[in-house]
Amino acid sequence: MSFISLLWVLLLGSLLGLELIGKVPPTLHTPLMSGANAISGITMLAALTLIVKAEGNVPLLIIGSVSLGFALFNVVGGFFVTDRMLAMFSRKPSNKK
Amino acid sequence: MNLPIIIKFVIDLLAVLLLALGIKGLSKVKSARDANRLAAFAMSLSVVGLLSYYLGTSGIAIQSWIWIIIGSIIGSLFGAFLAKKVPMTSMPETVALFNGCGGMSSLLVALGVAIFPISGGQENLDFFKSLINEVSISVSIFVGAITFTGSIVAMAKLQGWLSTPGWTQSKVRHFVNIVFAVASLIAFFDLINGNTSSIWLLVIVSSLLGIGVTLPIGGADMPVVISLLNSYSGIAAAAAGFVVDSQLLIVAGAMVGAAGLILTQVMCKGMNRSLVSVLFGGSLSAQSTASSGSGEYTNITSCSVEECALTLEAANKVIIVPGYGLAVAQAQHTLREVTKKLEQNGIEVVYAIHPVAGRMPGHMNVLLAEADVPYEQLKEMDVVNPDFPATDVVLVLGANDVVNPQAKNDSSSPLYGMPVLDVQEARTVFVIKRGMSAGYSGIKNDLFDLPNTSMVFGDAKKVLNDLIGELKDLGVGEK
Repeated sequence: MSFISLLWVLLLGSLLGLELIGKVPPTLHTPLMSGANAISGITMLAALTLIVKAEGNVPLLIIGSVSLGFALFNVVGGFFVTDRMLAMFSRKPSNKK
Repeated sequence: MNLPIIIKFVIDLLAVLLLALGIKGLSKVKSARDANRLAAFAMSLSVVGLLSYYLGTSGIAIQSWIWIIIGSIIGSLFGAFLAKKVPMTSMPETVALFNGCGGMSSLLVALGVAIFPISGGQENLDFFKSLINEVSISVSIFVGAITFTGSIVAMAKLQGWLSTPGWTQSKVRHFVNIVFAVASLIAFFDLINGNTSSIWLLVIVSSLLGIGVTLPIGGADMPVVISLLNSYSGIAAAAAGFVVDSQLLIVAGAMVGAAGLILTQVMCKGMNRSLVSVLFGGSLSAQSTASSGSGEYTNITSCSVEECALTLEAANKVIIVPGYGLAVAQAQHTLREVTKKLEQNGIEVVYAIHPVAGRMPGHMNVLLAEADVPYEQLKEMDVVNPDFPATDVVLVLGANDVVNPQAKNDSSSPLYGMPVLDVQEARTVFVIKRGMSAGYSGIKNDLFDLPNTSMVFGDAKKVLNDLIGELKDLGVGEK
């Protein structure tokens, strides 16, 4: 991938983000922030790449593994906690006691 | 192009599409939960895509698998455990903690690549290519470190583990932070010049910068900072994407970065604060006590819980204005019991939600939803404001600045221009409050002086419990 095309990817990704978030009601801002936060843990892919390419370099394997752990803590925790919040919204009025 | 590359390309494309749909779906109450799961699925898909690509090309060594499994299991278990256990009221600090760890992950990746350059993949590094590599490593480390330390400080302050040290409110902090910023710039250029050891300087000073910038910020502004740091962690992920040459990482990181910025802006608008004043102004109360907004109260009416119950019983329409204080007292369940009784008596109950009620936008909705309040009863400010003149009783619980009429009437007030709930239009207003202390802005609330406002002093939870007792004595909600 050339650097220029990666810059294009960056630009288009940012525009997409701006456009997607523009219309969210305040009610959902906390869950949205939490959900977006979970997605930012996508850096786990970078950690995986690091581990795969480490080729037996133990310090690098450890750094990669710790990094992967931090990222997955972010991802798994983030999605679970968002789900917990949203579960409360989806409760229908008829279901309440 | 061979098969593994094509497969990875298709999977990445699909993952980006699903992530975008996920973020979009999170913007509607009905689709939000499914959208969150969709995003989670997209993330797993991206992992499958990456692993299958390496399996199809270079292969993955057993040793790598072992470290992958160790890291994943430990991280996921801790994450899932915390997410299940944490109470809803501490949501902001939880998000901050998760966010900080995301930043830490980006930092570690960049650090690893910097210390042990990845072999293979990177065909002959020309000057331009290696420059880009070093810049993206530096950015990833810089932003990652700020995100990590900043988020941890934010979490500690929200949890009450850290208070705001006095010196951070003086001008000294600007000097200190400028020193850190300049030092990280020096480390950055030194790194590009090929001096690899300055990477540690970069790690240390950018970590310190994260602390130095976050520490002076007051508790009430913290959500804005968390949202901003959330945006940073996206940028850190995008920078890590440049380091390891991953388009998917760049797109997803950029999306989160942009989304975080928008959200930050919305929060600032709701609090009538500019991002600049949040970041550089220190805590608001320190400045505004000296400004024109303060003054003595002249016409405070205080009343008992019993009077409050009597007025509520006679009402047709009641609007509840919940605020930060309600969340602190954890009184949302007790509040729900009170409103249930009123509803059983045929009284119309609505909750007026200011955009920044609670500790972050939308936090109050989560707390009330947890207490079983039907979603339809939560009304946003613009919807509910025209209803106040036709309302008999307004119950203000732990909210202060968001119901201050000064924001509309007094152009000299620091609050002037902030959107507020027009509670004073209602026939009677009850303000349940611990004492006469000012809100987080430190500004006198003109509402308390109005003839139709009565203060009920006490802890929100205790007052509401007493209210339940009084309503019971009056026979409300028992038919």
